[in-house]
Amino acid sequence: MKFGVVIFPGSNCDCDCRRVVEQVMEQPVDLIWHEADSVDGYDCIILPGGFSYGNYLRAGAIASHSPVMGAVKKAAADGKLVMGICNGFQVLAEAGLLPGVLQRNKNLRFICKFLHLKVEHNKSAFTNACSPGQVLRIPIAHDEGKYYVDTKVLAEMEAKGQVLFRYCDAGGTVSAEANPNGSLGNIAGICNRKGNVMGMMPYPERSAEEILTSADGRLIFESMLRHLRQVWK
Amino acid sequence: MIEPKVYREMGLNDVEYAQVMKILGRHPNYTEVGMYAVMWSEHCGYKYSRPVLKLFPTTGPRVLQGPGENAGAVDVGDGMAVVMKIESHNHPSAVEPYEGAATGVGGIVRDIFTMGARPMAALNSLRFGELSDARTRYLFDRAVSGIAGYGNCIGVPSVAGEVYFDDSYEGNPLINAMCLGLVKSDKIARSSASGVGNPVMYVGAKTGRDGIHGATFASVELSDESEERRSPTQVGDPFTEKLLIEATLEALNTGHIVGIQDMGAAGLTCSTTEMAAKGDSGMEVDISLVPRREEGMTPYEIMLSESQERMLLVAAKGHENEVKGIFEKWGLNAVVIGRLTDDGIVRIYDNGELAAEVPAKSLAEDTPVYHMDARIPDYIAQVRRFDKDELPQIEDFEPILELLLRRHNIASKEYIYRQYDHMAQINTVVLPGSDAAVLRLKGTGRGLAVTVDCNSRYCYLDPYIGSAIAVAEAARNVVCSGAEPAAVTDCLNFGNPEKPEIFWQFRQAVEGISAACRAFGVPVISGNVSFYNESQGIAIYPTPAIGVLGVIEDIERRCTSFFKNDDDAVVLLGFNGPGLDGSEYLKAVHGRVAGCPSLDLDKEKRLQACCLEAIRSGLLASAHDIAEGGLAVALAESCFNTEGSHGVSVEISSDGLRQDDALFGEAQSRILVSLDPSKLDSLIKLAAEHDVPLMVIGAVGGSNLIIDLDGSKIIDLKIEKIESAWRGSIEEALA
Repeated sequence: MKFGVVIFPGSNCDCDCRRVVEQVMEQPVDLIWHEADSVDGYDCIILPGGFSYGNYLRAGAIASHSPVMGAVKKAAADGKLVMGICNGFQVLAEAGLLPGVLQRNKNLRFICKFLHLKVEHNKSAFTNACSPGQVLRIPIAHDEGKYYVDTKVLAEMEAKGQVLFRYCDAGGTVSAEANPNGSLGNIAGICNRKGNVMGMMPYPERSAEEILTSADGRLIFESMLRHLRQVWK
Repeated sequence: MIEPKVYREMGLNDVEYAQVMKILGRHPNYTEVGMYAVMWSEHCGYKYSRPVLKLFPTTGPRVLQGPGENAGAVDVGDGMAVVMKIESHNHPSAVEPYEGAATGVGGIVRDIFTMGARPMAALNSLRFGELSDARTRYLFDRAVSGIAGYGNCIGVPSVAGEVYFDDSYEGNPLINAMCLGLVKSDKIARSSASGVGNPVMYVGAKTGRDGIHGATFASVELSDESEERRSPTQVGDPFTEKLLIEATLEALNTGHIVGIQDMGAAGLTCSTTEMAAKGDSGMEVDISLVPRREEGMTPYEIMLSESQERMLLVAAKGHENEVKGIFEKWGLNAVVIGRLTDDGIVRIYDNGELAAEVPAKSLAEDTPVYHMDARIPDYIAQVRRFDKDELPQIEDFEPILELLLRRHNIASKEYIYRQYDHMAQINTVVLPGSDAAVLRLKGTGRGLAVTVDCNSRYCYLDPYIGSAIAVAEAARNVVCSGAEPAAVTDCLNFGNPEKPEIFWQFRQAVEGISAACRAFGVPVISGNVSFYNESQGIAIYPTPAIGVLGVIEDIERRCTSFFKNDDDAVVLLGFNGPGLDGSEYLKAVHGRVAGCPSLDLDKEKRLQACCLEAIRSGLLASAHDIAEGGLAVALAESCFNTEGSHGVSVEISSDGLRQDDALFGEAQSRILVSLDPSKLDSLIKLAAEHDVPLMVIGAVGGSNLIIDLDGSKIIDLKIEKIESAWRGSIEEALA
């Protein structure tokens, strides 16, 4: 399964994603420069974390107009998998490939720490290797991670199972204390109606190896591989 | 001819001006005076410090690059080198803390990637006044935000650091930024410019009027007029820096760059003259070609600007366009602004008109050197008059421990490091909170441990011993993580060196650091001096911040400071003794800064060797250096853990010391460890081999911190309660 990781000017976590795909998941992966006009040939595109364009204007706003995004939109329409991590999620939201916006954290500060996510359901390309309600230990590191979407859209999203991850405590309770940034409904990760485009604020590639104190993030990559293999068959 | 008022304002004295005239054989023009003034400032020229810095041991089997380049480099195995340096950005941060701290990070990171190394981690050593003061809260909060804003954006994790709060820093905050990066040993880039006709290229951001005379500003005391000097403070753009990192590393990979240096203090003046001097070359530069973001800039302004995120490089003739193309791909300016010559003269043209003509070495190498007077300050005799038996006896120790855990110098620094992305690049295997950060070296099975330390109160009481202790403590912290200390970088922060008492402190500190480095066999590979940290006649405590890099041969044999399992034995490894001198307890409870710290380098060496071998043999579950607050605080800190705290129960005897000394004294050369009881015999044997005292004092377990002293249970506190006070103390102070 061929993976592509997009590099925007200011992306930081492209090499981390490449490492996990190549060394941990043992899949072929290319880095794709943001000026590329095609992403044909890739089964999955990853938009990595970082500070594309220095987060000028709004996080992800300028990158969402990068030349490569035309090709990413086409890939999404074609049903390819697209995963946005942190800044990547912000780019997808700005590009209209995912609903909602990511605003400044409630406490107005950057927050970097390990926390827990509840897997809402495992009927998705990105969570099928998890069990429903499973608690994953995955870190965040962001300044603008407060998810917001209007009530009507949120209701549709909930009904269609588009909420994939919520911030929770170690025991799996989705509570205000467990919410690091004020996100609506403790939402940490979502997908589109079709289920092939996903965005999450926490970093699965930072928790895909035991030595980094958690390998739970690996399950998300495993889910993607399982999904791609089924679809291929 | 230049008016004395003018050149004196720039920082040159009459003797120096006369020297410039002698060198040039004529009067210098305005631009030339500006260039000599910045290059001969203490900040750039090290005119007061250089004779003393010669004392440092700078060589060793691992050293690939010692002091003299943009940063130092050591071999860490497998053909890899770590490039490392620490630098100060104190004066700008007192005036504009966000940008001062941010550009401090920017500057040190540039010193690393200009050597061809990808920056892999940052650390910082900070000093502020007490948080009870509103301006201090402002400086602290903005400085931390600045470091976060810049470091996070460029994707370099800030993984460790230290911060102290003391009145002596109230007018003079210290922002010391440290960085390390990784490069193949045979690909280290250097700043020497050679090869007649080779093109000189300016790359990076445009030049503006920010930071003019920043170097001079850093070479004087702060005063009320300092606020007006906002223009010498630089403004950073971390997005541009990130692009510069990628473009520079990519360009260096072509092999067509002969020499490269970042533009930091003294901007173009420094990079042109230093690069030419190192290569025994001269340079002709046309500054009308320099990309600028303001109109009407004079040659003086162009040469002295300290606009950030700019580099100067010399490419191999014929390869300019290839190099240019790489920088332009990343959206950066890249312009050929000149060529190398062979006559050792740097000629600055402005559209064909000669604006400055100076011999490179006279600015970069043959700078004036002064041998300053040193005199023991009067306060030394006063603080030595310390009789601990005069101190009132303490009956109730629980409130003391609770007080110490809330002291800002001891309380959790989580409020700070949560704002730093400490996981970027996925190398951090021991996160902030332990004795040192541990980074893996992917693909090698090896790791690095890194920390920066200095107890400046000890340095005030005895600069020689206090500075030796700073080295010992930093080395001890990396040892507690399972690493062998390999290199030191130092940032020496002092007051006005023209005062003999301050210069005495400085010289004593350098001697103390040198003695400790020699004893441990760890070379000083890089560093920085920051003088003139005083205002209204009050100088800061002598603050030699010591960064230590350690190498872990097997990353699986790393260690952290937290207790791991109930029923693990708790052991005190090392040399008990009196330790109230200069302690946090003495200041916090008795309001005194007095006494004299002590350090036995031989005992310290044996302790570190013993602990390192114990970790390498897989004997220990945890290892924690005993420092501020003494044994009682170390026990508490080992209990606290976001991943699940533990309680502990110990029995100790004061053994001839005062009881408060036994609990809170800060005697050196002690490490608190815990281990599976089945491994205790092996540890006892190991300690005997190294001739290091060992005392089994108790066991991990329960949910309380229980200390039985001389047969009485004098401390029995709920972990949950004291941990939450320790964790929240700093954030509460800012509310």
